[in-house]
Amino acid sequence: MTSGGNGKDDVAIRVRGLVNAFNGKVIHDHLDLDVMRGEVLGVVGGSGTGKSVLLRSIIGLNRPVSGSVEVLGVETAGIDAEDLKGLQVRWGVLFQGGALFSSQTVAENIQVPLRRYTHMSQELMDEIAAMKLSLVGLPQDAAQKYPSELSGGMVKRAGLARALALDPELLFLDEPTSGLDPISANQFDELVRSLQESLGLTVFMVTHDIDSLRAITDRIAVLVNKKTKVGTIPTLLHDPDPWIHEYFSGARGRAALAVA
Amino acid sequence: MRNRPLAKPDESLADLRIEWRQNVLRLLPTGEWNVGQSSRLDQLLHGVRPENVREAEIDGRGITELDSAGAWLLLREKRELESSGVRVRGFVLPDRYGALLQKMEGEKVIALRHASRPRGFVPFLESLGRGTMHALGQGYGMLGFLGRVTVEATEALLAPRRELPLPAFVRQIEETGLTALPIVGLLAFLVGVVLAYQGADQLHRFGAEIFTVDLLGVGFLRELGGLITAIIVAGRSGSAFTAHIGTMRVNEEIDAMETMGLNIAEVLVLPRVLGLVIALPLLTFYADMVGLIGGLVMCYFDLHITVPVFMRELQQAITYKTLLVGLIKAPVFAFLIGLVGCFEGLRVERNAESVGRLTTRSVVESIFLIITFDAAFSILFSIIGI
Repeated sequence: MTSGGNGKDDVAIRVRGLVNAFNGKVIHDHLDLDVMRGEVLGVVGGSGTGKSVLLRSIIGLNRPVSGSVEVLGVETAGIDAEDLKGLQVRWGVLFQGGALFSSQTVAENIQVPLRRYTHMSQELMDEIAAMKLSLVGLPQDAAQKYPSELSGGMVKRAGLARALALDPELLFLDEPTSGLDPISANQFDELVRSLQESLGLTVFMVTHDIDSLRAITDRIAVLVNKKTKVGTIPTLLHDPDPWIHEYFSGARGRAALAVA
Repeated sequence: MRNRPLAKPDESLADLRIEWRQNVLRLLPTGEWNVGQSSRLDQLLHGVRPENVREAEIDGRGITELDSAGAWLLLREKRELESSGVRVRGFVLPDRYGALLQKMEGEKVIALRHASRPRGFVPFLESLGRGTMHALGQGYGMLGFLGRVTVEATEALLAPRRELPLPAFVRQIEETGLTALPIVGLLAFLVGVVLAYQGADQLHRFGAEIFTVDLLGVGFLRELGGLITAIIVAGRSGSAFTAHIGTMRVNEEIDAMETMGLNIAEVLVLPRVLGLVIALPLLTFYADMVGLIGGLVMCYFDLHITVPVFMRELQQAITYKTLLVGLIKAPVFAFLIGLVGCFEGLRVERNAESVGRLTTRSVVESIFLIITFDAAFSILFSIIGI
């Protein structure tokens, strides 16, 4: 638990002046963003606005042109491998396609970080893997299956179990509900919310799914004009930006929000 | 929630005190019960023997940090105590972990069971049988594929009602033939050098150095040139065929083609196989020539056989038949490489691992078939007396 109090401690991710450019095309232009501890932040934006690039910049897969990214109080720009390792055990990432290692069973996938960072006996690792599977709502017989034998929804859940293997403080989700049917997507949203509450996670979620945004996010960051606008659905509804207006007030947006 | 990187197991960070008081077992976990400490805590908990105890108590008020791994260990201990007939009368944890505990208690966890691998003679027989059946099935499938490709190829060549994908065909010749020139040339040259050197060394004892040229000419043109080229191309292009077609399978490109009514054999397999059938004989001829030059250079420096002498001796040693016997095998090898490469590529399943596995298998199978067919050719030629 955080001791709270001083403002700096409550910020899990602090992005300042982030600039990303590929082949001369600027994606992020001095972008600022704060993610508070214990919140679920949704990141939305049109195609090509650099949602995934932002995620990759934060977790160190992409080196920004300039700017600073501070995760859990550690600056990640120019971080050395040893310090990065210290951070990597404190976050879990669920990639869009699950990114499960196809040559390993689900249980072995979950045990990869355990094997790498702890000294558990095989027996305990098996127990932990079974426990994580149960936490993400997968049946126990999924443990011995290979990723190719799982359905899309199960792959996402297994990926989530692997991301949670080391009980991280931060959870990054890249389009967690894409490719899922609405029912599975809803269940996945509920799962993320309940895990977030019981494990005290901070969640950074890139998504397109307006239902997910409504269901589980505390705040939403919209990528427009190479910067972010942060707010909640009620405040963003009144935003003058045409893209944001279209996003929340278009037919799909209205339908999704009407349910609320 | 943890606020630091994972720490190594250490008793100053997390510990378990065990107390007995009037037949009551008290477990007092303290410190950071998290995933980093869990290996040691697991051992400590295994050391708890609830003998002659009726009641137990788990008092976790000393816990400063708890995550799901730590919670799992405590809940497991509670469950084990209960199942061995001990009444757990107290299970106290700091209030802030209520939500975590509730989440974890609601879940039913069954420990994984690892299937132990059977050993002994019968399982060996079983795996032998499986392997045999698999090899036979593989051969049967390959035969079917050969039939399909043959029919398609004949149709495409005899009645070009459909346009043969000419650009793809030309690109295959370039990719499998032209770009292979440097590596094939280098290796053929080196083999020529080695062959001349070893031949000279042995023949020297009989004072028959000049026959090194015969050895080179016959050996290279009949056998080595074709064999080396085919093996290099199998490793280079056969693997590329499998990997490329396999990746297309993974990306569902093959499915997309089939739904559009495209004929896979015609679009993917024919350009590759036919391209290779054109390219490999040319490559083989090139390798023959470069190999002979390698031998010539070695003969000049090692045996002081001048170029005119080498040429005269070579002319006596070989006829155009020697060259043809070598070259006639090349289209057959090419057909085998292309066929196996495409066949294995199409068998890829929808996962990345299967691409790698089948690519390896494709190379091994092509080389196996090349050498087998080479041996068959030798027998055939000796029977018909060439």
